[in-house]
Amino acid sequence: METIKKKRTGPVIFSGYKRGDAIRKALSMNREDILFELKDSKLKGRGGAGFPTSTKWMLTAATKADKKFLVCNADEGEPGTFKDRVLLMEFPELVFDGMVVGGYTIGAQAGIVYLRGEYEYLLKPLQDYLEEMRKDNLLGKNILGKEGFDFDIGIFLGSGAYVCGEETALIESLEGHRGEPRNRPPYPINTGYLGRPTSVNNVETLAAVSHIVMKGRSWFAKFGSDKSTGSKLFSVSGDCEKPGVYELPWGIKISELLKIVEAKNTKAVQIGGASGHCIPKSQFNRALAYEDIPTGGSVMIFNEIRDMLRVLKNFMEFFVDESCGQCTPCRIGNMKLLEGVEMIEKGEYTFAHINKLKDLGKTIQRASKCGLGQSSPNPFISILENFNDEIFNRPNGGRNGK
Amino acid sequence: MFVAEKNALSEEIESYVNKYGNDRSALLMILHEIQNKRRHISEFAQQEVARLLNIHPVEVYSVISFFAFLNSNPKGRNLVRICQTISCDMKGKSTLIKAIERELGIKVGETTRDNKFTVEYANCLGLCDVGPAMAINDRVYTNLTPEEAVELLGKVK
Repeated sequence: METIKKKRTGPVIFSGYKRGDAIRKALSMNREDILFELKDSKLKGRGGAGFPTSTKWMLTAATKADKKFLVCNADEGEPGTFKDRVLLMEFPELVFDGMVVGGYTIGAQAGIVYLRGEYEYLLKPLQDYLEEMRKDNLLGKNILGKEGFDFDIGIFLGSGAYVCGEETALIESLEGHRGEPRNRPPYPINTGYLGRPTSVNNVETLAAVSHIVMKGRSWFAKFGSDKSTGSKLFSVSGDCEKPGVYELPWGIKISELLKIVEAKNTKAVQIGGASGHCIPKSQFNRALAYEDIPTGGSVMIFNEIRDMLRVLKNFMEFFVDESCGQCTPCRIGNMKLLEGVEMIEKGEYTFAHINKLKDLGKTIQRASKCGLGQSSPNPFISILENFNDEIFNRPNGGRNGK
Repeated sequence: MFVAEKNALSEEIESYVNKYGNDRSALLMILHEIQNKRRHISEFAQQEVARLLNIHPVEVYSVISFFAFLNSNPKGRNLVRICQTISCDMKGKSTLIKAIERELGIKVGETTRDNKFTVEYANCLGLCDVGPAMAINDRVYTNLTPEEAVELLGKVK
C-alpha cells in the first residue's frame, strides 16, 4: 500500500499529513476548542447532504449517555462515486485519525467503519492498519497517555444494499436488522446504534477534520467560497480522457472541470450520482458549491453520442433494484417511472401520461421516508426536462406520441 | 443433509457465535461468515443461527432476503458479478456480458451446469473510473475487454 501513496497532491485533503499528528494535537486541546475550530471552519458533511459537522458533533457531545458511537460511513453506493475507496486505500491515516479526534470530541468509546460489501478487498489492509495504530497507542486504552480516553475502531462489512448509506438504515443493519430507514426524529445523535447517541460521518468529512485540527480554521476556510469552505474530492467518470479522483476547490465551474479532465464534445453532466441532477451544455457555467449545485462529488460525463434515454433507464433500473420497499411512494413510484421510460423507448406513450409521471415524481420526493425516494425522481424530472427535444423526437416515437 | 454434515455446520456456527457474541447485532457478521464459506445460508443454518441468537428463524430469513450479497439458495462455486451501472455501461458492459454468456453458455442470473460459475449483475462496484469492472468472488478486475474477461474466467478453478 505504501508504494501507491503520496502521488496525489491537492490543496487540502491531499496536502501532506503524518499519522497521529491530529490525534496528538487534539488531545492537547479542550473538547470545546475543537468544536469551535470546526464551527469556524464551516466544514459541512461530504456525503452529499451538507449538514454542518460541528453541529452534529456538538449535539452528540451534549447528549448524556453511558456509551456513544462514532460511525464512519464508507457505504459509498452512489453510482459514479469512488472517492472513499481512494481515501481508504491511499490515505487511511487521515480517516482513522479523524475518527479518533471525533471520538475524543463527542466522548465516544467505539468507532465503527461501515465498509460496503463491494470493497471487501480493503478489509484486510485496513484491519492491518488498525493493528499498527494499536501498537502505536493511537487506539486502545489511555490513548497517547491521555488518562481516561479509550477508543477503538472496528470494521463492519456491508452486504450490498445502496439504501444502507442512509444513516438510520445503516444503523439498522449494524444492529442486525433489514436495512430499512427509520423515521426521523429521533435522530441518531441521541438515539442511534443500540439506542445510544451516534454520529454518522462520511469518510471525506473525517479526513478533512484531521487537516482542520492540524492546520486550523482560517487555513481551511481560505479555500473554496463563503458557504462552501475547503475543497471537494470529485469522482469523475464517463466520457473524458482522464477519469479519476480530483481534489478541487468548491465553486469550480463545470466547464473548468471538464477542461481539467479533458472531456470533449460533452453533451451533459450528471452531478451527484444517479440521485443527482443532469446538467445540459447550456448550464456549464454553473458552479459546484452549496450556493449553486451541491454535490457529494460524483461527476459523470456524457458526450454527444450518448442516448440520454438509455442513461435515464439505467438510473431508474438502479432505483427500482435498490429501493428497500418499506414505503409505498418509493417502492411503487419508481417502478411506474421506469415503466414510463420503457414506454418512451418503445414509442408507446402519451404526453398526458408522461406529465402525470412527472407529477408522480414530485409526490415521491415529498412522500418518501428517506433520501432514496426523496431524490430518486431527480434524474427522471431533470433529464426529461433538459433533453426534451432529443427524447421526444426519437425515430420510433414522434412528437405526437404515435 | 447427513447428520455428520449437520453437526459440522452447527459447530461452525457456534464458533462464529463465540467469536462475535450472541447479540442480535452480531447477526450480519455471522451470516457473512457462513455466506463466505458455503456460498449460501441454508435453511438449517438459518435455524441454527436463530437458535443461538435467541430470535425467530424468520427474522434471520428476512435479513438474508434483504441483502444482495446474502442468499438462501445454493449458487455456483464461483460468483461472477458484472457492474451494470451507467459508467461501466458506457465503457462496454454489454459486449462483456455477451461474451461471458456465450462462453459459459448461460444467461446472467443463471448457474453453469457443472456448478462452477454463477453470473450476476452488480449495482455499481465503485470502479467507475476504470470500467468496465467485474468481480470474481472477492477480487475485482478493471478496464476489461471481452477477451480478458473470458480469459480470467478460464483461470478460475
